[in-house]
Amino acid sequence: MNQTNQQKGKTVFSDQDVNYLGRLARIYLSQEEIVSLTKNLGGILQYIEKLEKLNVSGIQPTSHVLPLQNVYREDQVLPSLSQEDVMKMAVSPHHGFFKVPQVIE
Amino acid sequence: MNLNESTAHELLGLIKEKKTTPEAVHISVKKAIELHDPKVKAYVRVDHDKARPTSRANGKFPIPIAIKDNICIKGREVTCCSRILEGFKPPYNATVIEKILEAEGILIGQANMDEFAFGSSTENSVFGPTRNPWNTKCVPGGSSGGSAAAVAAHEAIWALGSDTGGSIRQPASFCGIVGLKPTYGRVSRYGLIAFASSLDQIGPLTKDVTDNALLLNIIAGHDHRDSTSVNVPVPDYTKSLTKDLKGLKIGIPKEYFIEGLDPEVKFAITAAIELLKKSGVTFKEISLPHTEYAVATYYILATAEASSNLARFDGVQFGQRFQPAAPRKTPIVDMYEETRDRGFGKEAKRRILLGTYSLSSGYYEAYYLRAQKVRTLIKNDFDLAFSELDAILTPTSPTTAFKIGEKSDNPLAMYLSDIYTISANLAGIPAISIPCGFSKDGLPIGLQILAKPFAEEMIFRIAYSYEQSTDWYKRKAPLN
Repeated sequence: MNQTNQQKGKTVFSDQDVNYLGRLARIYLSQEEIVSLTKNLGGILQYIEKLEKLNVSGIQPTSHVLPLQNVYREDQVLPSLSQEDVMKMAVSPHHGFFKVPQVIE
Repeated sequence: MNLNESTAHELLGLIKEKKTTPEAVHISVKKAIELHDPKVKAYVRVDHDKARPTSRANGKFPIPIAIKDNICIKGREVTCCSRILEGFKPPYNATVIEKILEAEGILIGQANMDEFAFGSSTENSVFGPTRNPWNTKCVPGGSSGGSAAAVAAHEAIWALGSDTGGSIRQPASFCGIVGLKPTYGRVSRYGLIAFASSLDQIGPLTKDVTDNALLLNIIAGHDHRDSTSVNVPVPDYTKSLTKDLKGLKIGIPKEYFIEGLDPEVKFAITAAIELLKKSGVTFKEISLPHTEYAVATYYILATAEASSNLARFDGVQFGQRFQPAAPRKTPIVDMYEETRDRGFGKEAKRRILLGTYSLSSGYYEAYYLRAQKVRTLIKNDFDLAFSELDAILTPTSPTTAFKIGEKSDNPLAMYLSDIYTISANLAGIPAISIPCGFSKDGLPIGLQILAKPFAEEMIFRIAYSYEQSTDWYKRKAPLN
């Protein structure tokens, strides 16, 4: 993303940035959507910047609230979903495979 | 009184005494849906045919229940109220659905919600908004707005919702009912279509505290299919209800009583505190100093997790697939981009893009990692407070229900309506919303009680004692 966008600690969010995010997230965005998202996301990011006021040095990140440990057990074979059941959900099933549009030109 | 206006525990009593039957209860609820749902629009799908009760053995709960449309029911369409999942029929039941069916619960229908639970008003649904039974010009709250409105309109006896940042408690508050977000890990998330996996939790929405404890009894417990569900014994939550409150210490965090808190809400909360003092509770003003950072932290972490969880909706394995009329890039990229453009609504796109941003190269440390560290600070605030307190009491929401359309063009204003509920999800602690009064306009006000992890019994004990000394929970929504 455009590194020159950092000005005086305020994130300036441009149409190009939103377009780039759309590409990363695989969402097509119309020009109209890009304009409105640039405004919305810019406002939200400005609000989020309040976190910069906090000193977090030496603080451990929390990815999960529970003190979970690895659970070890003997491997057991249990029933699971059949291929047939899973393929029933598929948009375009083909002989037990997921059919997709052409990948390589 | 009509059967559909009763609570589950009242109905179970009547069924046991042979004064009514599960079939009569079902018919009564069905009639209420036919009468009120064209106006309230709590349901997106009603299914009476598959909902007939089978037996009435002891210990079973043949009670009609509404299920939020993000919980998988085998063979029925489940869409998260999103176009992208139109037609999706899960091949399995969520663990909570298995447990409801084992208890002979009656799945009467699936309740409206903000698309993928992204919202606080149930306006972001592909099926259109649900209306608040207390004033149909107002939102029911969200994202479990359909579940809350169904219960408040007596179109369900009780309901299940999910809560990632307040999505059970805020609609419960707006609709004048009881809603609990259990401790993270108390209820299995297997079969709950994920929004933010480290924050999501399924919980009960009910007409009173007793029903809430009963429904938690049914759905709580360890599940080997959810590695984050915790193997802690499940007590009978109804046993703790009638214990007195003498000697309990409850904290009032000063950061929750600031600018933006509606004076009518503040008045109701203050009155509730005075009432609880009469039951022998000691109150103490406390500080949760990182409260003001909760919303910002949440909107980084929740959107980052959402952008990752929603990557699976790509037009291949489930739901809908779209191809643009004219090619833009390669055929497969065109399919992905068009499917996700047409499949996701405005707010879903906004959150996916925000999450993509905070996880993207060069921004990860400044946003995502920093937010995870602030999450630690927020959790530490609660750990410290609970080292000398039994519970914390706050308003559930700074205001009563707002008008439909009032905040739909201002995402930040919408996000800030969750300011009092988000911290419980970040800290993983349980919290309930119970009715504690009404505004001059007749809209319900909610009181939030929070406690340490797995202290749901403490929450129910305080909530029940308060509820029984008031009659707010007995009022019926006018449905106009």
